[in-house]
Amino acid sequence: MNSFSESLVVAASLVSHFDPNLLEIVELSLRVSLTATLASSILGLPLGAAIAVGRFPGGQVLTVLLNSLMGLPPVVVGLVVYLLLSHAGPLGALGILFTPAAMVVAQTILITPIIAALSRQIVADAWGEYREQLVSLGARTFRAALTLIWDTRFSLVTVLLAGFGRAIAEVGAVMIVGGNIDGVTRVMTTTIALETSKGDLPLALALGLVLITIVVVLNAATQGIREWARRRYG
Amino acid sequence: MNRRHWFSLAAAAMFAMVALPASAQEKFIVVASTTSTEQSGLFKHLLPLFEKDSGIKVRVVAVGTGQALDMARRGDADVVFVHDQAAEEKFLNEGFGVKRSPVMYNDFVVVGPKSDPAKVAGSHDILDALRKIETAKATFVSRGDKSGTHAAELRYWKAAGVDLAANKGAWYKDTGSGMGPTLNTASSMNGYALTDRGTWLSFKNRGDLTILVEGDKRLFNQYGVMLVNPAKHPHVKVDLGQKFIDWLVSSQGQAAIAGYKVGGEQLFFPNANG
Repeated sequence: MNSFSESLVVAASLVSHFDPNLLEIVELSLRVSLTATLASSILGLPLGAAIAVGRFPGGQVLTVLLNSLMGLPPVVVGLVVYLLLSHAGPLGALGILFTPAAMVVAQTILITPIIAALSRQIVADAWGEYREQLVSLGARTFRAALTLIWDTRFSLVTVLLAGFGRAIAEVGAVMIVGGNIDGVTRVMTTTIALETSKGDLPLALALGLVLITIVVVLNAATQGIREWARRRYG
Repeated sequence: MNRRHWFSLAAAAMFAMVALPASAQEKFIVVASTTSTEQSGLFKHLLPLFEKDSGIKVRVVAVGTGQALDMARRGDADVVFVHDQAAEEKFLNEGFGVKRSPVMYNDFVVVGPKSDPAKVAGSHDILDALRKIETAKATFVSRGDKSGTHAAELRYWKAAGVDLAANKGAWYKDTGSGMGPTLNTASSMNGYALTDRGTWLSFKNRGDLTILVEGDKRLFNQYGVMLVNPAKHPHVKVDLGQKFIDWLVSSQGQAAIAGYKVGGEQLFFPNANG
């Protein structure tokens, strides 16, 4: 298939020339998706842990709901966020439609359920194991949840990576709320969609290769830091 | 360093890395426009020239004409720059636009496989060509997305006397997507498609497709620009938006449009002054 080899050549030349346009797009992709991951972990980790540890009516239902929300279609999230942030919508006064901030909001909504649902499972497993100890030490629910988040932190890093992976890979939501504006809200995935539209398939695929490479490098770096931290502090 | 410090350090590093920089206070407008103007590269050519003259940045959201007008109805754009006169006039009559100024035209062409199963090559009669495609039940790929191009296609079918509702068979593929994806589909299915010339000339994945029908006056495709009515949406940047419109129809703007060429071919023909 010559379009694959052609893409490899295009990808190599894009990267080796540090194409300034590409750098800007990569930077925006990372900034938006990392911010969304950060916001989602602030919301999702405590939420997941609370559902895992807390005893309240409807806990099972909540778990099912949370697990289902992991499958939220990005384009639906995009549409809902668009309608909310649109000038005719309830949050229109914020004026953040078609800005990176709107993209962060959409991705945060998309991945918070993933982070909450996966961390709930991890914390619930640990809770099963350490429950008696924690209770005998007199830990209250809140304190127990925090302790368990800390104890399972190395597993929870994988949860954050799952959320980040979903955020940086999606195109449906950021296309709608960002508008794919050149130099303002154009990220890796919307660029790939645009180049595909223009029929420049080798360039589109080359950008895809660059995106995948970046995600691999980021995951490898995280893995490295985690190993180092585990040896040192684990 | 104990655990807490390690944790706060990591958190701080993450914050520093991802914090969104404060956006510079720059003058900009949002223009809702069509994929044809964006994907043909026209905006990449025009906008830097306008920015140099005016200091105003133009943020283009490129969607189909239908979606662009809808976006403007909701107040999410300052200016609309589209190509579907009937839809534009409806938009004006509803009070969402201030005034419509014609800017330029380009033309539609019918592309199709070189083997040309419906035998339409070289025709200058769009209606006759469509009738032949329908009679041959040759694959025809439609936008089907309420864009300006889709609206034009439907008008041609109607004028040709082909009742699509009754005759839509497996030969008629409704993709519900933009011009580029529609051409990608036509290229892989070796089907016919109606496209604007600009998008076609800058389209790379042509496969076996080529231009078969062109040069019919009815294929002219007029672009118009409108300011979104501040009476409906008070936050519309009237001054900046009007500056952009005035520039487009000025002799400078018109010359810039005429000067845009792909492969030596002029894509858009300015006609703001009739």
